[in-house]
Amino acid sequence: MIQKIADNIYSPLGFTTAENYARVKQGDSMLRKYATDHAVSGSDVARLDLPEPFVASLFDWDKVEPMEGYTPFERIVIQSVKRAAEQTDIDLHSPRVLLVVSTTKGNIDLLDGHNTNFSDDRLQLGNAAQRIADYFGIVSRPLVVSNACISGLSAQITAMRMLETSDYETAIVVGADVQSRFIISGFQSFKALSPAECRPFDLERVGLNLGEAAATIIYNKVKRVAEDSWQAVKGAVRNDASHISNPSKTAEGCYRSLRSVTDGVDRADIAFINVHGTSTLYNDEMEAVAIARAGLQDTPINSLKGYYGHTMGAAGVLETILSMHALDEGLVLATRGFEELGVSRRVNVSAQNMPVSGNAFVKLLSGFGGCNAAMLFRKGGEA
Amino acid sequence: MNVRRWVKITPTEAIVDGKLLDTKATGAALLTELYRNYTNDYPKFFKMDELSKLGFIAAELLLKGEDENHAEREDRAVILFNRCSSICNDRKYQDTISRPDDFFPSPSIFVYTLPNIVTGEIAIRHHYYGETAFYVLDEPDETLMRQVIAAAFADDTTTSVLTGWVDCETHDNFYAHIYVIDK
Repeated sequence: MIQKIADNIYSPLGFTTAENYARVKQGDSMLRKYATDHAVSGSDVARLDLPEPFVASLFDWDKVEPMEGYTPFERIVIQSVKRAAEQTDIDLHSPRVLLVVSTTKGNIDLLDGHNTNFSDDRLQLGNAAQRIADYFGIVSRPLVVSNACISGLSAQITAMRMLETSDYETAIVVGADVQSRFIISGFQSFKALSPAECRPFDLERVGLNLGEAAATIIYNKVKRVAEDSWQAVKGAVRNDASHISNPSKTAEGCYRSLRSVTDGVDRADIAFINVHGTSTLYNDEMEAVAIARAGLQDTPINSLKGYYGHTMGAAGVLETILSMHALDEGLVLATRGFEELGVSRRVNVSAQNMPVSGNAFVKLLSGFGGCNAAMLFRKGGEA
Repeated sequence: MNVRRWVKITPTEAIVDGKLLDTKATGAALLTELYRNYTNDYPKFFKMDELSKLGFIAAELLLKGEDENHAEREDRAVILFNRCSSICNDRKYQDTISRPDDFFPSPSIFVYTLPNIVTGEIAIRHHYYGETAFYVLDEPDETLMRQVIAAAFADDTTTSVLTGWVDCETHDNFYAHIYVIDK
């Protein structure tokens, strides 16, 4: 069995899981509007130099621990892994420790050539991951999962299976992305960005916000999961096989991944589904179709994008951690920005922090390339 | 785990199960020549970036004769590895946003700035609803790749994996070596 032994969220809302959870629970967000006026927007945003304003949740980089010789992406990954690893007594130098890095674009901000402190090698995700592994003295080769927006679940599913089928005893899963002109202009070109704070599943939703964060979960292989601990029970990745950027009208991949992890599971035990809920018209509609097809329309669902924006490679890990801590308190967290249901199927979106029953939850993600992921987590020792 | 059939494509040659195909072109033109000779009925090929073209055409050669009618299946995963992620297309996209007087970010180029798009292209072509995944390694590592593929069979729906190395550093410098492994 695979048990979570530590976690960390390193985000603009705070540098520990406890801080992040407390701020989300009280409804805080660091989503801000960034205008194009350089004088107003400050140096960090001026570096992005974008012609259109946008709303995003970005780090104040002066507050992120400085680390000479490391890029912004590597810094937040290292800070997050460090804080999670400190909570454990694992020997990072053991060959039975596997590092799995989830990222979509890693150091892509170096591509424009403005930052001359780092060589081009750093653009290779494997190279950046190796530097991170070296920092901690991790001896096995790090694995980078780059599976678009589902990377954070893909990485956890990979880690879980590797623990089950290989000799590794511990897997450190870290997800992270930093925002750049490259990424923001791309989402703008897709007309996917909302000019205001995003509103997942709401009638008025018009698009997503982007965000920066790093998040880490450490998993151990155990004979029996402790009573109060979280178990990664099952994961599935499925493809829509229909289009590389538009979600499937029948939610084919999302439905199939959801079905795969919930088949045979007592519905009453599923406290909630933490959806992707990016707040684009198509994503939220597609997820509603998948949930309705799976017969889970009465199960509470929530999206956390209203607090952090879409943190890309971090999202799957960050949202899993917050969901675990919420269910530790018997809660489903509010979907910040949601007021009135704006999808074609009836789904039970949680607008407030609400008490829920059940010991398990499902996390969903979908991404470009037609990929979809679902993962089931349960508290306590039962299989 | 049994490797059934394999395909290798370099900028100068294409090999299927040890047999060298008769081709003339090199570099990016080789991929187009292979498409013309062995597929030629899927114009979406021309919209793809080089990494997707490479993976797509390698899969065409690999699966020729196996699934001519492209029956839907959920039990085959597409799990690919490389070193350069989508860097070839990333550079192309960067060019579209680098000139201040000529800022024209294109959604059709941006979408290919993700390495896993090639796994989606293969899934769409062959109607695979199964797992798709993309992993990036600092260098090819047979042991780690074998562990990842073996682990993929832990999904009890998966009975077959189309896998291997598909890497594209520049449009004239690429390497693909893919194969099918059955449970």
